[in-house]
Amino acid sequence: MMTTPVKPEIQVVYQRPDSFTDLTTHYCPGCTHGIAHRLVAEVIDEMGLREKSIGVAPVGCSVFAYKYFNMDFVEAAHGRAPAMATGIKRVLPKNTVFTYQGDGDLASIGMAEIIHAAARGENITVIFINNAIYGMTGGQMAPTTLPGMKTTSSPFGRDVELSGYPVRMCEILATMEGAGYIVRRSLHDAKHIRQAKKAIRLAFETQERGLGFAMVELLSSCPTNWEINPHEALDFIAERMVPVFPLGDYKVNEELKH
Amino acid sequence: MPVKGWIEVHDLHCKGCALCVSACPQDVISLDMERLTPKGYHPAHLIADGCTGCAICAIVCPDAAITVYREAPVHPQKAPASA
Repeated sequence: MMTTPVKPEIQVVYQRPDSFTDLTTHYCPGCTHGIAHRLVAEVIDEMGLREKSIGVAPVGCSVFAYKYFNMDFVEAAHGRAPAMATGIKRVLPKNTVFTYQGDGDLASIGMAEIIHAAARGENITVIFINNAIYGMTGGQMAPTTLPGMKTTSSPFGRDVELSGYPVRMCEILATMEGAGYIVRRSLHDAKHIRQAKKAIRLAFETQERGLGFAMVELLSSCPTNWEINPHEALDFIAERMVPVFPLGDYKVNEELKH
Repeated sequence: MPVKGWIEVHDLHCKGCALCVSACPQDVISLDMERLTPKGYHPAHLIADGCTGCAICAIVCPDAAITVYREAPVHPQKAPASA
C-alpha cells in the first residue's frame, strides 16, 4: 500500500483585521486601547457589518479612532457620543451604530448622555474603556480612579473623604430597563481578551436583534500615566482594578442566552 | 511532532512594548536590541525554534503588528482502498 507524501500547507493563523486602516496608532506602547480597537474591528469583520457600520469617536485618547477604522466614523463633542449615536440610529435604523468612549468621556462629562441613552433603550452599542485615569490630558484623577491611587491631580492618592468613590458604570446602567446587554470584561491577558471579544460580539448582536442598549466595559491599562511598564500595567489591572470593578454580566437580555 | 509556526512582525506597527515577549508560552520572542524600526523602537522578533503558531502574541498585541503562520499538521494519507 502506498502513502501519498503531502506537502505541509501554510495557514495564516492570525492577521491584521480588514476593518483597520494601515495607519500606525498614536497610542503609547503597550496601551490596551489598541487591543480594544482590534477586537471591535475583528467582530465587525466576522459579522460582515463593515459596509453598514457607523462609529462615533469620543474626546480622549481615542479621539482619533476614526482614522484607524476603515469604515464610516463621526467625531462627537466631549461626552456626547451616545446622543450623537442616538440621532444616527434613529435616522438610519438599518445601520449598525456604535460608540467608543473612555472613562473621562463616558463616566464624567458624558454621564447624563449615557444614562439617558440607556434609559431610553436606544438600540446602540457602546464600547467603554475604563483605565481609571484621564490619559490624554496627562493623567488626572477620573471618576473611576481607585481609592488611594496616585494621579497628577491627586499626588497623595485619591482621598475618598475629599473626592468620593469610584463610579461603577455597569452597576448603574444595569438598573435601566432599556438596557439589553451590560457586561464588564478585562484586557489583562489572552484569556480575558478572548472573553472580551465574545462580549463585544454579543453587544453587536444585541443591536442587530433590536434588544436595546448594549455596553461592554473593558478594564484597560495606561502604562504612561500609571508610570509603570506595560507588563506591570496588566498586572495592576488584575490585582488592583478587578477587585474594585468586578468582572461579570450585569444585565443580559433573556433572548441573548439562546 | 509539535506543530511548527512562525510570526512576522510589521516594522511600522510594532512599538516594542514587549507584551508579546511576556505572553509567549514558549518564550521564543524577544525584542531585537540590534535593530530600530523607522519609528525608533526595538521590534519584537523570534529568537528560537519552538513557535507553535498559537497566536497568543497576536491576541495581546495592542498594535495588530503580528501575523502568525502555521504549517498545517500533516496526516499521511492512505491510498484509496482498492485492490
